Amino acid sequence: MAKDLVKTLADLKEKEALKIVEDRLKTGEDPLKILDDARRAVEIVGKRFSDCEYFIPDLVYSGEILKQITGMVKPKLTKAAEVKRLGKVVVGTVAGDIHDIGKDIVVFMLDVSGFEVMDLGINVPAQKFVDAIKNTNSTVVGLSGFLTLAFDSMKETVEAIKKAGFRGKVKIMIGGGQIDDQVKGFTGADAFGKDAMEAVKLAKGWIGG
Amino acid sequence: MEKNWQEMTADEKQEAQFQKLLTPKDPEGKDLKFQSPEAEAAYKASITRIKDAIQLKKTPDRVPVALLPSMFPFINAGMTVQEAMYDYDKCAAAFKKFILEFKPDMHIGAAGPGPGKFYEILDYKLYSWPGHGVAPEHSYQCNEGEYMKAEEYDLLLMDPSFFFRNFYLPRVFGALQGFQMLAPLTGILEIYGVAFQFIPYALPPVQGTFKALFEAGAEALKWAMVMGGSNGELTTLGFPIILGGFTKAPFDVIGDTLRGTKGIMMDMYRQPDKLLKAMEKLVPIMIGMGIGASQQTGNPQIFIPLHKGADSFLSDEQFKKFYWPTLKQVMVGLIEGGCIPFPALEGHWGSRLKVIQDIPKGKTMWMVDQTDMAKAKETLGKNACLIGNVPSSMLRLSTPDEVKAYCKKLIDTAGKGGGFIMSNGAFFDEAKPENVKAMVDFTKEYGVYK
Repeated sequence: MAKDLVKTLADLKEKEALKIVEDRLKTGEDPLKILDDARRAVEIVGKRFSDCEYFIPDLVYSGEILKQITGMVKPKLTKAAEVKRLGKVVVGTVAGDIHDIGKDIVVFMLDVSGFEVMDLGINVPAQKFVDAIKNTNSTVVGLSGFLTLAFDSMKETVEAIKKAGFRGKVKIMIGGGQIDDQVKGFTGADAFGKDAMEAVKLAKGWIGG
Repeated sequence: MEKNWQEMTADEKQEAQFQKLLTPKDPEGKDLKFQSPEAEAAYKASITRIKDAIQLKKTPDRVPVALLPSMFPFINAGMTVQEAMYDYDKCAAAFKKFILEFKPDMHIGAAGPGPGKFYEILDYKLYSWPGHGVAPEHSYQCNEGEYMKAEEYDLLLMDPSFFFRNFYLPRVFGALQGFQMLAPLTGILEIYGVAFQFIPYALPPVQGTFKALFEAGAEALKWAMVMGGSNGELTTLGFPIILGGFTKAPFDVIGDTLRGTKGIMMDMYRQPDKLLKAMEKLVPIMIGMGIGASQQTGNPQIFIPLHKGADSFLSDEQFKKFYWPTLKQVMVGLIEGGCIPFPALEGHWGSRLKVIQDIPKGKTMWMVDQTDMAKAKETLGKNACLIGNVPSSMLRLSTPDEVKAYCKKLIDTAGKGGGFIMSNGAFFDEAKPENVKAMVDFTKEYGVYK
């Protein structure tokens, strides 16, 4: 019996984890099952992060290993992966701000936690968030920003969502270097999270799952 | 007879640096002429105040207050950041207006925006700045990337200067592509073959690069003259600068602009030994960078912005293994060279306090952003001066009364017994002017030690 992929990946043993995937693919196992194990492993990584056992490098490293596993498994997939998704979340760094590290980690953790994430990228104008909500029917929006200028951009984005008539339908969370409770109040967002796992917790609280 | 510099202890060197600051000279080397006796008295009182706060030997007359803005002085003057970056005189004028309006005990100069034209000449790719990737009213921002590849550690270790010139610089400056064609300087040894080493200088890409360098150098000098003039004028008006140069923690050198955030995180797992060796290699280079800057400016405070050692960025073990040892070596080296390391704990650093408190007493000043100030005082504050930590969000969104209440708490806890300088916690762009004013004025009034 091959070693457990969930445990090996959760323990961030890159080479061993990739070897297990290789072996399992050779035996002709259903690739979806391998992907599901990998996803569960990264969920454990997220939990260890919440418990202060793991830190940002561990999250990022697990993401890199997962990317390689997905790359190995994908060519073997015969049908499109039917992953059960909890709900849709729109995420982006607000207008004027081009920082993406924090945002990317949030996108990654939401994704592996089962959400369908629409990543709008960086320097995203308010209207683009509104359009994304309209096009995807997302019920959760995440606004990221590192600089103080992001306070205003976040406020403008929340107002644009309100003006478009979506405020009642979506919950808005914000996060980034200088974001705190006071900024949350200023922008009119529903909540702020200090890290990626709080974003997951907030989204789960609003969408369920 | 006076001891010469090499024979002095770190204590004596620091004392000599402060004496030098207390007797400032003009560019001709004569005693600086202040604009009024009041300005001279204010200048000397500020230097004495900060000296007492740093040395922890005696309580200053009152809590010093510094303003460490990013783009605020220019935004507050109704300019765009773009104007501040391209019109050097306008930049200096706005900074002077800012100092005269808010009257902090000390400042960090008008050099923050930097020379926009210079970046254009060299086609700087490491940052986006107004008109080049960000809007005119916004600050420049770093473009994260792997400017050093995972497999290039051996190259960096063998000869950092060669790696920087031939690999790193051409990647971050479009106009420096020609550097890729240059031979290592260490091949120039004796008459046989020496001419071969110079052939690249005949090639058009190399000549293009050197033309760009001449132009960039001229632009940098033009800008530096304005900045130097501005600092000199503010000194004559009684406002000292507390920035003598900057250097970085070796981990951040690699993690910020060489391998990038993600790159260095992968290296901690995949090639930890090479990463550690590279950081050790950088230690004397970063010490030299700080000491060199301090000798040029005549100011001992060497700023060290700390980024990737913050709470959630590394585990305790990772911090102790990868971040702290080489940073400490850099700081100790600076102290032995007569400098005052001025690290900035950007973000939250609560979990690091017990580790970083292990530094020579009375030789450093730490800018504190969002770390709990009472906890910082009980630990790091026993050995070092703390500066900060009025939050950016508060300066931007609160009322003056709320700012005063926060400053009162800071003075009562962090200010107890000295060793504290009031200041903003993170470099700020947007803020309500009345909040900035409240921070300075309240500290001058309430911060007097009895």
